[in-house]
Amino acid sequence: MSNVSSCGIAIKTMAHPLKLAADIGGTFTDIVLEQGPRRWSGKLLTTTAAPEVAVLEGALGLLAEAGFSPADVDVFIHGTTLATNALIERKGATTAFITTEGFRDVIEQGYEKRFDHYDLMIDRAEPLVPRHLRLTVRERLAVTGEALIPLDETAVPELAERIRAEAVRAVAIGFLHAYAHPAHEQRLRELLRPLLPEDVTVCISSEVAPEIREYERFSTTVANAYVRPLMAGYLHRLQEGLARAGLGAPLYLMMSGGGLTTLETAARFPIRLVESGPAGGAILASRIAHQCKLPEVVSFDMGGTTAKICLLSNGEPERAHRFEIARAYRDMKGSGIPVRIPVIEMVEIGAGGGSIARVDKLGRLTVGPDSAGSTPGPAAYGRGGTKPTVTDANIALGKIDPQFFAGGKIALDERASVTALANDIGKPLSLADYWPAAGVAEIVEENMANAARVHAIERGKDIASATMIAFGGAAPLHACRLAEKVGIDHIIVPMGAGVGSAIGFLQAPIAYEITRSAIISLDDFDARRVNALLKAMIEDATAVVKPAIGGARPVVRIVADGRYVGQGHEIQIGIPVRTLADSDGARLKAAFETAYGTVYGLTIPGQQAEITTWSVTVSSTVKPPAAARKAPRKAAAKAKHVRKVFDSKAGKPLPTPVYWRFDLKAGATLKGPAIIAEHETSTMVASGFSARIDTAGYIHLERTT
Amino acid sequence: MSKAALEAIRTQVMWNRLIAVVEEQAQSLLRTAFGTITREAGDLSAGVYDVEGRMIAQAMTGTPGHVNTMATAVSHFFAKYPPRTMKPGDVYITNDPWLGTGHLFDYVMVTPVFLKGRLVAFFASTCHVIDVGGVGMTAKGNSSFEEGTLVPHLPIRKQGRINDELLDVILANSRSPIEVKGDILSLISANDTGARRLIAMMEEFGLTSLDKLARHILTQSEKGAREAIKALPEGEWHYEMPLDGYERPLTLKCKLTIRGGKVVIDFTGSSPASLYGINSPRTYTLAYSVFGLKAVIAPHVPNNIGSLSVFDMITEPGTVIDPIRPSPVTARHVVGQMLADCVFGCLAQALPGRVQAESAGPIWILSLYSAHGRVSVEETKDATPFSVISIGLGGMGARPGKDGLSTMAFPSGVGAIPVEITEGQCPLWFREKQYLPGSGGDGEFRGGLGQRIVVENREAAPFAISAATFDRIHNPAAGREGGKPGQLGAARLGSGKALPDKGLHIVPTGDALVVELPGGGGFGDPARRDPARVADDRRAGLV
Repeated sequence: MSNVSSCGIAIKTMAHPLKLAADIGGTFTDIVLEQGPRRWSGKLLTTTAAPEVAVLEGALGLLAEAGFSPADVDVFIHGTTLATNALIERKGATTAFITTEGFRDVIEQGYEKRFDHYDLMIDRAEPLVPRHLRLTVRERLAVTGEALIPLDETAVPELAERIRAEAVRAVAIGFLHAYAHPAHEQRLRELLRPLLPEDVTVCISSEVAPEIREYERFSTTVANAYVRPLMAGYLHRLQEGLARAGLGAPLYLMMSGGGLTTLETAARFPIRLVESGPAGGAILASRIAHQCKLPEVVSFDMGGTTAKICLLSNGEPERAHRFEIARAYRDMKGSGIPVRIPVIEMVEIGAGGGSIARVDKLGRLTVGPDSAGSTPGPAAYGRGGTKPTVTDANIALGKIDPQFFAGGKIALDERASVTALANDIGKPLSLADYWPAAGVAEIVEENMANAARVHAIERGKDIASATMIAFGGAAPLHACRLAEKVGIDHIIVPMGAGVGSAIGFLQAPIAYEITRSAIISLDDFDARRVNALLKAMIEDATAVVKPAIGGARPVVRIVADGRYVGQGHEIQIGIPVRTLADSDGARLKAAFETAYGTVYGLTIPGQQAEITTWSVTVSSTVKPPAAARKAPRKAAAKAKHVRKVFDSKAGKPLPTPVYWRFDLKAGATLKGPAIIAEHETSTMVASGFSARIDTAGYIHLERTT
Repeated sequence: MSKAALEAIRTQVMWNRLIAVVEEQAQSLLRTAFGTITREAGDLSAGVYDVEGRMIAQAMTGTPGHVNTMATAVSHFFAKYPPRTMKPGDVYITNDPWLGTGHLFDYVMVTPVFLKGRLVAFFASTCHVIDVGGVGMTAKGNSSFEEGTLVPHLPIRKQGRINDELLDVILANSRSPIEVKGDILSLISANDTGARRLIAMMEEFGLTSLDKLARHILTQSEKGAREAIKALPEGEWHYEMPLDGYERPLTLKCKLTIRGGKVVIDFTGSSPASLYGINSPRTYTLAYSVFGLKAVIAPHVPNNIGSLSVFDMITEPGTVIDPIRPSPVTARHVVGQMLADCVFGCLAQALPGRVQAESAGPIWILSLYSAHGRVSVEETKDATPFSVISIGLGGMGARPGKDGLSTMAFPSGVGAIPVEITEGQCPLWFREKQYLPGSGGDGEFRGGLGQRIVVENREAAPFAISAATFDRIHNPAAGREGGKPGQLGAARLGSGKALPDKGLHIVPTGDALVVELPGGGGFGDPARRDPARVADDRRAGLV
C-alpha cells in the first residue's frame, strides 16, 4: 500500500552527514532525506493502525531510490501527531488516576467556570479518566512539606487489585503539593510498581509537570499517562523495525516546543510530543524568515487533516508554556484539556485536503473539521471513500494534475471526485458543473482566513503586512486565495513545500527544557538555593541532550517567571548562566521591574518581588542558513502542458500552463494563472499573482492587482 | 470583490479587533491583580465605550455582574466630570455601590482616550480588591457606612500624575494597603494597555473617531437582539421565588412582559430591603436579570449597550433588589445572583421545554480569617494572622436535553481558586473538595452536583468563617418540567453542629468547617431518564 516518490540525484559525499526525517500526519507520512545541499523526499499514506509501517517503507524506499543503504544514515529525526490524535479521538490507554483522598474530581471540576457566559448548553471536556477509575489514597502533605496525614501504605495492595481488575494500562499519580514535595508520589510508585503487570505505565505529577495549581498539573500528568503506552509501544516498535532493517542511526523525536529529544525521554514524557509536526513547520518558517530577512511572517501549513497558522516576528515564533488539547465544544477556548508543556504558539483548525464537505440541516455548505484521513481517504483515492473532500474539489477544479499527485504514485479517480461532489453538494444546493467544487474551496479558504485573522488579532498583530510562508501538501494550492482574503501581498513556497514539517525537523536543535516551581524572594535572595536548584536542572537537562550531541558544547538558557509578591501570574526574565551571588537578587529585581514596566506600563514601587518558576533549556547550536536573494529576472522554461483549471474570478475554466518546478531556474518569472507542479504538492499561481524563483529555489508569489 | 463587501469585512475586522483589545485589557488585569478572587477566580471585567459612555465591547474574561453593571457605570461619571473637562492622562475612580458595580469592594476605573488631542473613547475596568475597611467581606453591617470606605467619583490620575492624596486615604482605610495599591495601579495600567492598543488600531485603519464603528456595532447588535425577540411569543408571565434571606425569608416577585418588540421585567412586590448586606443595588439587579434574559433569548448576539437596550426593568426603591442608601450591600450577589433563575421562572412559561432548571445560585464566598480579636487573646497568641478567600460552587440546573453542569459558576463567572494557591497563603488545609454524590436533582436530565468542602487548621488555633453568602440552605434549586429539586446546601462544624446561615462563626481548635454546596434542579420526569445514564451515574458513584 505504500507509495513513494522522490526527486534529486544521489551523489555520495562523505563531507556531510546523511540525515533522515519522518513526519506522521493524520493523512500522510512525509519522509525527507538530506545530505548537505542535496535532498530527497517522499509522501505516503499514513498507516493508521501501525504507523511505523509507512515510516519504514517510506524510509527504506527513499534510501534505495537515492542509492543509499540503511546503514549510511547518520541520524533519524521523527515527529508525529499520534499523541494528539489519540487525545482528540480518545483512543489512549485505559488510565487510572490516584490522587489525595478528598480530591477525586479535580481533573473533572477544572476551573469551575464557564468558557462562554451566554451559551447555556456548553459542555466540559470529558476527563480522560472516568470517575470510577479515579482512585484516592489517604495521605496529605502540607504546603510546607509537613505530613498532615502519612501515606497509607496498607491501602496499596487493594489499589493494585482495583487497577488489575479494571484492565488499566496506565496509572497517573497526582498528590497535592507534589510540585514541591514529591515524597509521597515517589513512595506510592515504589510500592505500587511491583504489584502491577510490567507493561502498566506509572507517571507521577512531580516528574511530568512539577508546577503549582493542582488542576493543570494533574491534567498534564493524566494526559501523559493516557498516551504513554501507545507512544512507548509505537516508538519501540519503530526502533526495532529500524534496527531490523539495518538502520541503526540514533533516533530523535521532535517536541512541541521546537527542540529534539531522545527516544527514551520521548517515551517517558510523550505529552511533550503533541503538535510535534506543526512545531517542525514553525522551525522551517523560522529558518526561511531569517534567510529572507522577513520581519513579520505568517506560516501557513495545510496538510491532509488540519491547517496550522503560526505568527513569527523577526524570525521567531511565539512560545508558551500551556497548551489546550482537543477542544471539544465548538472548538472554543476553554473546552479542551490544559497541559503545561513548552509549545510554539499556533492555531490549528480542521481544514485539510481530507476535510469532508457537506450540506448541513440549514442548507449551509460546511467543510470539516472531520477528515477522511488516509482511510478511506478522499473519493478520488478509490479506497472506499464516497464523501467529497477538499482534495476532491481541487481535482474537480483541475488544480491537481492526477499525473503528478504524490509523484504520480497515488492513482486519482477524477470521476469519483466529481460524482461525490455532485451527490453530496451539487444536488442539495442545486449547483452544477464546477460550482460545487468552487464552493467547497471557497468555504475552506474562508475558514482558514478567519482562523488566521482571529489568531493574529488575539496577539495584536496585523497580518496584512506580513509575508506568508506556505507549505504542507495542500497549502500551496490555497495560498493565493487565503492571502487575498487576509490582505497579504507576498507568499513564499519553499523547496520541498509538500514535506515542510519534516524538513523543519532536520533544522531543529537537540534541546530539552525542564521547568520547576520554587518560590525565591528577589528582595532576600538565597543564591545558594538557586545555584543548587539550577545546577541540578542543568545536569538533568544535559543528561537528556548529551547522548545526542556527543562532544559538542551545549548551549544553556535559563529563564524565570517573576511576579510581585501577592500576584498570581508571572512574567518571564532571563537569568545569567553563571554562579549567582546574593547581590544578584537586586539585579534580577531590576530586570523584573523593567520587563514588568514594558508589559504593563508601570511598576509597583516598594512591593517585594519573587521568582516562582525556573526553566532551563539545554540545546545544541544550529548554524544559520545562507541568505536567499533575488535572482536576475529571466523567462520561465516552457510549460510542460496546458490544462483547463477553473478560475473563480472568471467564473469558468481557463487554459492554464503547468510548469515542472525543477525546470524553473533562479530568476524565472511567470504570470498567473499557472500551476507549478512538484512531487508532493502543486502551487496554484492564481490570476492576479506573479511567480518568481529566487537563488534558494523558493517560489515568491506576488499580488499584481 | 465589491467595494461594499470589502468595507463590510473591514468593519468586521475592526469589531473583532475591539473585542481582542478589551480581552487583552482584561488579561492584563488578571495577570497583575493581587487578590486571589480576581487573579485566580476571575472576578473582574473590562470594556470599551464610545464618547457618549456607551459600552461597545466587553471582554469574555470576567463576570456578568461586573460587565453589565459597568455598562452604565461610565456615563455616571459625566454628571460630575463632563467629558469636555477631561484631559489626556486622566483616570477616574469610584467604588460607589449604586453608581459602580454594587458593593464597595469593586473599584471602577475609567480612562478617557485621546487621539491627536481629541477624545475618542473610554476604557473602564473593575476588579474585586481584598479589603476596603469596615466590617469586611460579610453581610453583618447594617448600613453601607459600616461596610467600608466609599470613594465618590474622583480623579485618581490627573494628566499623568497619580493623585497620591486620594490614594493615601484609600490605603489608610484598608487592612491590606499594599495589595489594594497594587490592584488600583493594575486597573489603571489595564486601561492604559487597552488605550494603547486602540490608538494603534485607529492609526492602522486610518480612523479619527470611533463614531461610525460604534454606531455600526450598536445598531447591528440591537438589530440582532430585536430579531431574537420577534421569535418569542407575546404575553405576560409571573414567577415568585422564595429566598433564605438573612434575618427573615425573602420573596422575589417578577413579571415578564413581551410585547411590541420589548421585553420588560418587573420586580414590583418583591420583599423590602434587608437590614443586612445582601441587598442588590439596582445596577446589579439589572445586570443579572438582563443576563438571564439574554442567555435564553439572544445568547449569540454580542453583549453591549445596543443588545442590552431592548430589555427594560421596573423595580421599587427600598426593596431588596433596589435598596436605597445607606442600605448595606456587601454580599449583594446573594440576592443578585438569584435573579437569573427568577427570570428563567417566567421564561420557562413563555418558552416551555426550552429553559433550564434552577441552579445553586450565588457563589459561596468562604471568607476565612484567623480568629484574632474574635476569641480570647489566649487562644490566638501563637496563631498566624491571615485572611483568605476560597470560592464554593454548586451545581447548575439540568438543561433541556443535557444534565446540569456540576460545581460550576452560574450565573456568575467567578470560578474556583486552586487549593494549592489558598494553602500557600494561610495555615489552613483542605481535607476535602469533591463532588457531593446525589446532590443533583433527579430528572430525565439530572441537575449538576454540588460539592463538599472541608477545611481545617494546621495550627492549634480556632479560625473564623463568614457565612455571609451561603444560600439555598432552606430553599432548594427547583426542578423544571417534572424534574426534582437539587439538594439543599449546608454548613456545619466537623464535630456536627450546624452553622446557621449568614453570620460569622468560629471553628474551634481541632474542629473542621464543613460546607456542602447545593445541587442544581432536574429537568423532566425522572422516570424518563435513559437507563444507560442511570447506570453510568451509578458506576461513577454520582448518585
